[in-house]
Amino acid sequence: MNATSSSADARADVPPAPTERVAVSLRDVSCAFGAVKAVDGVSLDVREGEFFSLLGPSGSGKTTCLRLIGGFELPSRGRIELFGRDASRLPPYARDVNTVFQDYALFPHMNVRDNVAYALTVRGVGRRERWRRAEEMLDLVKLSGFGDRRPAQLSGGQRQRVSLARALVSAPRVLLLDEPLGALDLKLREEMQSELRGLQRQLGITFVYVTHDQGEALSMSDRVAVFAGGRVVQMGSPRDVYEFPRTAFVARFVGSANVLDGALVGERPGRMFALRPERVRLEAPLTPGAVQGVVEGVLYQGAMTRCEVRVAGVRVSALVPTSAGVPAVGESVGVTWPADALRPLEDAS
Amino acid sequence: MSAAPVTARAGLRRRLSDLLVLRPGVLLLVTLLPPLAWMVVVYLGSLVNLLLYSLYGVNDFTGQVEPRLTWTNFAQVLTTPSNVDVVVRTTLMAVCVTLACALIAFPIGYLMAFHARGARKAWLYVLVLLPLWSSYLVRVYAGRLVLAQDGVISSVADALGLRGALDGLLRAPVVGGPSLASSYLGMFLVFTYIWLPYMILPVQAALERVPRSLLEASADLGARPRATLWRVVLPLAVPGLAAGSIFTFSLTLGDYIIPSVVGAPGFFIGQMVYTQQGTAGNLPLAAAFSVVPIVIVTAYLLLARRLGAFEAL
Repeated sequence: MNATSSSADARADVPPAPTERVAVSLRDVSCAFGAVKAVDGVSLDVREGEFFSLLGPSGSGKTTCLRLIGGFELPSRGRIELFGRDASRLPPYARDVNTVFQDYALFPHMNVRDNVAYALTVRGVGRRERWRRAEEMLDLVKLSGFGDRRPAQLSGGQRQRVSLARALVSAPRVLLLDEPLGALDLKLREEMQSELRGLQRQLGITFVYVTHDQGEALSMSDRVAVFAGGRVVQMGSPRDVYEFPRTAFVARFVGSANVLDGALVGERPGRMFALRPERVRLEAPLTPGAVQGVVEGVLYQGAMTRCEVRVAGVRVSALVPTSAGVPAVGESVGVTWPADALRPLEDAS
Repeated sequence: MSAAPVTARAGLRRRLSDLLVLRPGVLLLVTLLPPLAWMVVVYLGSLVNLLLYSLYGVNDFTGQVEPRLTWTNFAQVLTTPSNVDVVVRTTLMAVCVTLACALIAFPIGYLMAFHARGARKAWLYVLVLLPLWSSYLVRVYAGRLVLAQDGVISSVADALGLRGALDGLLRAPVVGGPSLASSYLGMFLVFTYIWLPYMILPVQAALERVPRSLLEASADLGARPRATLWRVVLPLAVPGLAAGSIFTFSLTLGDYIIPSVVGAPGFFIGQMVYTQQGTAGNLPLAAAFSVVPIVIVTAYLLLARRLGAFEAL
C-alpha cells in the first residue's frame, strides 16, 4: 500500500515498514570488565526506523550492549557501525544517537526547559530558537507549561517524559532507551508503552530499547534480540520468538513455557519441547489421549487461572480460563494439548 | 526474700523503658538535653556575651568596662583609618585565600570524586587529611621556613636560575617584602596551604553525590568534556565550594597566628582582637572587632543564597 502521510495516520497500528538500510550494526562485539565478559561476540543489525528490543534477565549484557552503541563503553573486540560508518572508537558526543537513561539523569541545577534544550545549548543554538524547540518537544511529550519547574518538582512519569524530550530535541537518528519504564507503576507503564510506540512511528526514528519485561518487548517491538550470558540467543519478530523459541532458556524466559522431555509428550526421548501454558488443556481424568496428572497448585490470576499439575514426576503449568471451571488441588486431571503446540527445541535434555 | 529487690529494680527499669518508648517526646528531650544545654549556655551564651561587650563602654579615665550601651566601639572600628585598614586588609586576604583554595580544590575534588578508585582514592584522602594530623603551629612555622630568606623556595629559585624572577616578585608593591616570609604574598601562600583541606573535602563531597549518569547524559547530548565541566560539573560543585569558602573565609578572617608568624607587619582582625583584649585591655573594642567577621560572613551567606549557590543541595 502507498504510505502517504494521511494514510499512515489512518493506520497508526501498522508500522511504517522499516527500510532495508541498517542504522546500527554490531559485528562480533565483545566487552570485558576485567575477567568478566559482559558482552561476548554479539552481532546484530538494527534497521532504520525499526523498534528493536534487547530483552534479557539482569546481567545478560543487554544494557552493556546499549552502552556500547551509545559510546559509554568501548568494545574490547569487534566493530560498531552507525549508518555504515565505523563508530567503534567515537566518543558519545560525536555519535548521532541519544540515550534515555534508566535513572533519567536530568540535570538537577537546571529547570525543565534548560534540560530539554541542553543538546541545543552545547551546539550554540540561540536562546529564542532553543526555547521554541524545547517547548515543541515538551508539547510532544504532553508537558507544555512545565518549562520553569525543576526536575525535583516532577513525578517519576513526568521526569521520564522530560528525559525523552531532552533526548529527542536534537533530532537524533537513533534513540537508545535503557529500561525507561522500569521505575514506573504498572498503569503508567502501560500508558507510556503505547505512547512511546506511537512516538516512534510518528517520528520515524530508530529505537533500540532495553528491557527485562518480555510483555513490554513483545508488544512494542518490530524485532527482539533475546540476551543470555552476554550473547544473543535468539533474534526475530516478537511472534517468532514467542511461538518458536529456539532454546529452553528462550522458551522459559519469554512467556514462561513448560520445557518437557520428548518421552513425556510422546515424542522422541532426549529431545526437549516447549509447551505454552495457555495451550495446555485440563480434562476429566481418563479422557482418551490425555496424560494423567494431579493438580498440585492453583493460582487465581483473574481472567485466567494458573494450575500446576504433576505429570509423571514433572511439573506442568497450565493457564486455563477461570470461567471454564478450575480443578481443586489434589484432583486428578487429564492433560492434553493440540499437536502443533509442541515446539521442538535445540537443547538436548 | 532475696528475689524481691531484684524484681523491684527490674520493675523500675521496665517502667523507665516503658516511659521512654511510649512517650517519644521524653526520649527526645533526654537525648537532646545535654547538647542543647551546651549550645544554649556555652555557645549562644558566649556569643550573646560577646555582642553585649561590643556595645559596652570603657571609662576613659580608669580603663574600666562600664555596662552602658554605646556605639563608640563600632564607630572606632569603622572610622579610625588604621582600624579600617585592618578590616580591609583582612577581608582582601580572606577573599584571595578563598579564591585560591577554590581554584586548587576543584580539580583535586574532581579527581577524587570521578577518577580515583580503590587504593588510589584512599591515598588521596590521606594526603588531603595528612596536614590536619600535625599541629597547626608546627605547620605555620614550617611554612615560614619554606618561605624564609634562605628557605626551600629561595634555594630552588637559585638552583633553577630564577632568583631574578623571585626578587622581581618581592619588589612588587603591596604584596612584596624583604623576603617571602615577611610579605603578604608569603602570608597568602601559608593561609592557602593551611586551609586547603577545608575546601577540598566539601567540594569532593558535593561532587561525590553527582550521579555519573549526568556526565554521560551531557556527553550523550553532544557536550565535549570541557562543556560538561562548565555546564554540569562546576554548577553541581557550587554548594561544596560555598560550604568550603565559608570555612576558608571565616578562618582567615579570624586567624591571628599566621599574621604574627609570617608576613608583613600590617595588623589583621585576629591580631587586633588579641592585642585589644590582652595588652590594651580594651575588651569592648576587641569584641567589636570580632563582630566584623560575623557580619561579613553573614552577608556573604545571604549573597550566596541569593545567587542560588544552595539550590542544587
